[in-house]
This record gives sequence, structure tokens and C-alpha cells, in this order.
Amino acid sequence: MFLALRELAFARGRFSLMGVVIALIAVLMVLLSGLSAGLVNDGVSGLKSMPVTSFAFDEGTKADNAFSRSIVDDEQIAAWKEQPDVATASPMGASIMNAETDQGLQVDLTLFGIEPDSFLAPELSAGSALGAPGGIIVSETLRGEGLELGSVITLDQVGTELEVIGFTDGQATFGHVDVAYLPLGTWQLIAAGEAPDGAAPTAEQLAALDFEYASVVAIEAVDGSPLAKGDADALAAGDSAAGTTSMTLEQSFNASPGYQAETLTLSMIQWFLYAIGALVVGAFFTVWTIQRGHELAVLRAMGASARYLLRDGLAQAAILLVTFTALGAAIGVGLGALMPAGMPFSLEAGPIALASTITISLGLVGAAIAVLRVTRIEPISALGGTR
Amino acid sequence: MTNTTTASTTLDTAAETRHQGLHLQDVTLELGDGEGTVRALDQVNLEVNAGELVAIIGPSGAGKSSLLAVAGALASPTAGDVRVLGRDLAAVRSDGGQGALARFRREHLGFVFQSGNLIPALTSADQLRLAYRLAHRRGRTRTFDPSPFLESVGMGHRADSRPGQLSGGERQRVGIARALVNAPGVLLVDEPTAALDRQRSQDIVKLLAEQCHEKSIAGVMVTHDHEILPCCDRVLEMVDGQLTPVRE
Repeated sequence: MFLALRELAFARGRFSLMGVVIALIAVLMVLLSGLSAGLVNDGVSGLKSMPVTSFAFDEGTKADNAFSRSIVDDEQIAAWKEQPDVATASPMGASIMNAETDQGLQVDLTLFGIEPDSFLAPELSAGSALGAPGGIIVSETLRGEGLELGSVITLDQVGTELEVIGFTDGQATFGHVDVAYLPLGTWQLIAAGEAPDGAAPTAEQLAALDFEYASVVAIEAVDGSPLAKGDADALAAGDSAAGTTSMTLEQSFNASPGYQAETLTLSMIQWFLYAIGALVVGAFFTVWTIQRGHELAVLRAMGASARYLLRDGLAQAAILLVTFTALGAAIGVGLGALMPAGMPFSLEAGPIALASTITISLGLVGAAIAVLRVTRIEPISALGGTR
Repeated sequence: MTNTTTASTTLDTAAETRHQGLHLQDVTLELGDGEGTVRALDQVNLEVNAGELVAIIGPSGAGKSSLLAVAGALASPTAGDVRVLGRDLAAVRSDGGQGALARFRREHLGFVFQSGNLIPALTSADQLRLAYRLAHRRGRTRTFDPSPFLESVGMGHRADSRPGQLSGGERQRVGIARALVNAPGVLLVDEPTAALDRQRSQDIVKLLAEQCHEKSIAGVMVTHDHEILPCCDRVLEMVDGQLTPVRE
């Protein structure tokens, strides 16, 4: 690295110009990663926080928007409960509705109907657990919009009144809509179209309802079993017994509205950015190596091995990439902190580290292809010629 | 390789001294291929002993640079033998390929190029340090002191200057110091005075001759410049790939 370091210092103008481009790419990359993580959270944080290993949808349900499309009956639920490796299985209702609070605030809600004492019951940051037919637990993010314990929410069209009795611990959204957990019976009452208009549902109404359907079966597999690992055969065995189509928790994210389109677009932009970075770094080091062609020929004539020059060139590229990617990532994190609260933006160490590593690695690949040129330099060209 | 060593130890003293230098026998170098072949060197014989500086003159394209390339292990002759310090370069090459030749160059040969050909990013002292590092294992390079070498070419006061801050003559002096760092047995010099005025040219060639004499180096210098010839021990002329003595 003797030569590499001295050249970095000597040609600092040129190298910092290149470095600024790398840093800008890193800034953009951190912002994209934050936006991507933010959108993922907005799309599926309601699912992510569940201790579910897989969901079973009615057989043949279209994958897009499958949660609100699917309908499962109690036989399918019972069949899944009896599958090997299933620790718990519980029905869950899902639907998206418009609503209005008693303060006149219009909100969109994803209604997750669950059995109050099942493993699906959310962790709370405030309030009490589900129980009363008219009590709901809403995403903590709604607290910022003025909802509080005891607020009454009226569902549009059906007119049913529900009272906020708790807030989830952390963000719970689904398809960019805040989640409201409610007892499965209440969800079924609404789904069957028998919910009362202008009043809260009562226990008598729930008891009188003959409607044994939910949207999906939520399954928690025994730890370490093939089913828990999302083994396709294990899922298929359950499906053929219950007449369902299963997806692992991860796969089910794609069944959330818009999720796939958003993440695909963003990851495509990210990969383009990586490719642009690699190409720019490659182009820079190509020009740099050609510019030093005569100098490198002199070194080869003096007996420097091609490997020595190759190593030196790669070390130079690595120093440049690591320094300026780190700088850019730091600036990106700083900018991320300034993002307005309403924006779906979430900085997570894992994705930023991964993105930085990819930027550096692909940049090195680009530089390596350029620096490989030194092996083709003929030491004999050091003789004669002017400089 | 072992054969060469045993062979040279059995030779008489005169031959052994000769083997310390550069020895070209019936060397032919053809460049290009097929019908476009050019004979750059045509059965050239040359002996340069340790401690002498030999000048080679001749018109452009006569094969002077080809001679340096062949003697400097930068090109392999089409036919003939090249022995440097008693080692047959063809044998070095067949033992270890290009890597072995590169190693041979950094350990036993010194090159002085046109106008110095220094690395722009390095100070004079670092130019020498880099040359030293190329030929030595890591760890031993920290203790290397370039100042005696710079002082021997009168450049002790310019140790921290980069090539851009040096005059043409100063650059060439640093280039000479760089070529001497690894105590080469053979010094190959390519048009060292191409960019220098008359007085500086004389000084540079005197310095080269002095170093060859003092350090028992076999020096070969290719040049256009007839004014500097009196400083050299012998002069040969190259015309159309053939070498003839001008002054013995």
C-alpha cells in the first residue's frame, strides 16, 4: 500500500471528486433503504408483530389482497388444529373499513378479528386486553392523530360504534392502514351484516349469530419443526387436509395490498444504484490506470510483479470506497433523522450495513476489472518514448 | 540454475570477472510476425565487464532500444544467449517464467530511463524506498535509509521534493540513485540526456561512469548525444541491428 496511500494523497483532488460521487450514492442508498423499510413497516408491521409462522387461505385464493378476499370455515380451522407440528391455530378475520371518531376525525382501519384469548392477542402499550364485544385495540400510531382510550369510533355504512380500550405496542399497520384488533365474534357480526347501527354490539347479539367463518387460519408451528421453517411439503400436507392454500408469514406479506409492487420498485432502484456505482468506480479506475500506463510500465521494468501492482490498485480502491461509503452513509442517517414524521421512513442498522457492504463490494468488482489492466502492461514499453 | 553456478566456479579468473558483467552472444531479435518481420538485432555479440560504462550510438530504429530490452530481461531473443552476471536469462525464464524474470530484474538490474521516469506522486526519498521495497521482503524495509544514495548523486537536499518540483537534471540524478538502490550488477541506461543541456548532460554521464567504476557495475548506455561519448569507457555503434566498435 506504499504507493497506493501516497497516490491518494498526491492526487487528492481527483480522488475526492470520485469520493464525493461514491458518498452521494451512499446517501441515496441509505435514504432508499429507510424509505423501503418504512414502507414495509407501513405495509405489514401488523403481520410482522404476530407470533405466526404461516397463514392458511381458502384454497385457490388469488395471492394479491388475499387477506380480505379469503374466507375459511370452522372445518378448515379444525383440520389445521389437528395437523402435526401445529402448536396453535386460530381463525382470524381481516377487512379494511372507513370510520369516523367521535371527534370527527376520519380514519381508515384494518379490522383484525381475533379470539381474545388466542396467541394472536397483541402486546399492549396502554389500556386493557380484548374482551367486551364493542372494545377495540388500535395501532399506537393512531394515538398521534388524537385518539385516546375511551374514544368511540363509528364504522361508516354499518354505523356500529366501537370503543378504543387499548393501544398496541409499536406500529401496527397493514397495507398502509392502521390496524384495529377486535373480538372475532364482533368481526363476524360485522362481516355477516348484522352489526347494530348507532350502537355497540352486545353479547346477546354475538351469541345469537350463526356465522362460523373467518378470513384466514393463523398458525403457530412447533419450534424447529419443518412447518415452522416454512417447508413446502409440510405446508402442502396441511393444505390438502384442510382444503386451504398456505403461505409462510414472509410470503403472506405479498398478500398485503400493494406490498409487492412497492418493494419491487424500490429494490429495482437500489440495484440500479449499485450497478451505477460499480460502473462509475470502474470507469474512474480505468481512466486512472490508463493515465498511469507509462509509470506502471516503468515499475514493471524495475521488477515490480503484476500482482504487487494489482494489490496496490485494489487497496487504493478499497480505501476510497470504504471511506466515502461510510461518510455517505453517515450523512444519509443524519438526513433521515430530519424526515417529516408522516413519511414512511425507518432507518434500520441491518439493511444499511447490507447496502453499504454491497456498494463497497460491487465498487471493488468494478475497480478490479479496471485495475486488472495492469497485468497487460508490457514492461518493455518503459524504454524509449517521451513523457 | 545449479549447473550455471557450478560451471562458473570451475572457470578461470578472467572468465569469471567477465561473467560478473553482461554477455551477449549471437543474439538475434525479430519483431512482428509473418511477412512483416523486422530483424531488430542481427547476431549481436557484446561483452560489458563489471566496472565499465559502454556507450551505444546509432540512428533511430537501429535496434538500440531492442538491445537494452534483451539485456534487461524485458524481451526474449529469437536466437542467441544472454548472460547477466553469469546467469543465462533463457534458463531463468524457463525455470520461473515472467515472475522469475521480474524478480531477476529487481534484484540484479538497474534501469535509468529517459528523463528519469519518476513516479509523480512520490518524493525523491520515496522513489528510492519504493525501489527498495520491490526487491526486499516486508519488515526489512523500515530500516532502509535512502539518504546515502541521494547524497552520492548530489541530491541529498532534495529528498522531500516531488518530480514536479525538480529540474530535468535533478530528476535524472534521482533516477540514477533509484537504479542503484538494490546494488545491481548491470545498469541499463536509456537516453539519459535526451532532455538536458550540454553541461548537465556531461555531469550526468560523468556521474554514471563514476558510479559504474566505484561500484563495479557493468553499464550499458544507449544515446544519440555524441558530446557525452568522451566520458564513456568504450563506444559502439549500432546500424541495422548490427554492432560495430567505434572506440575501444
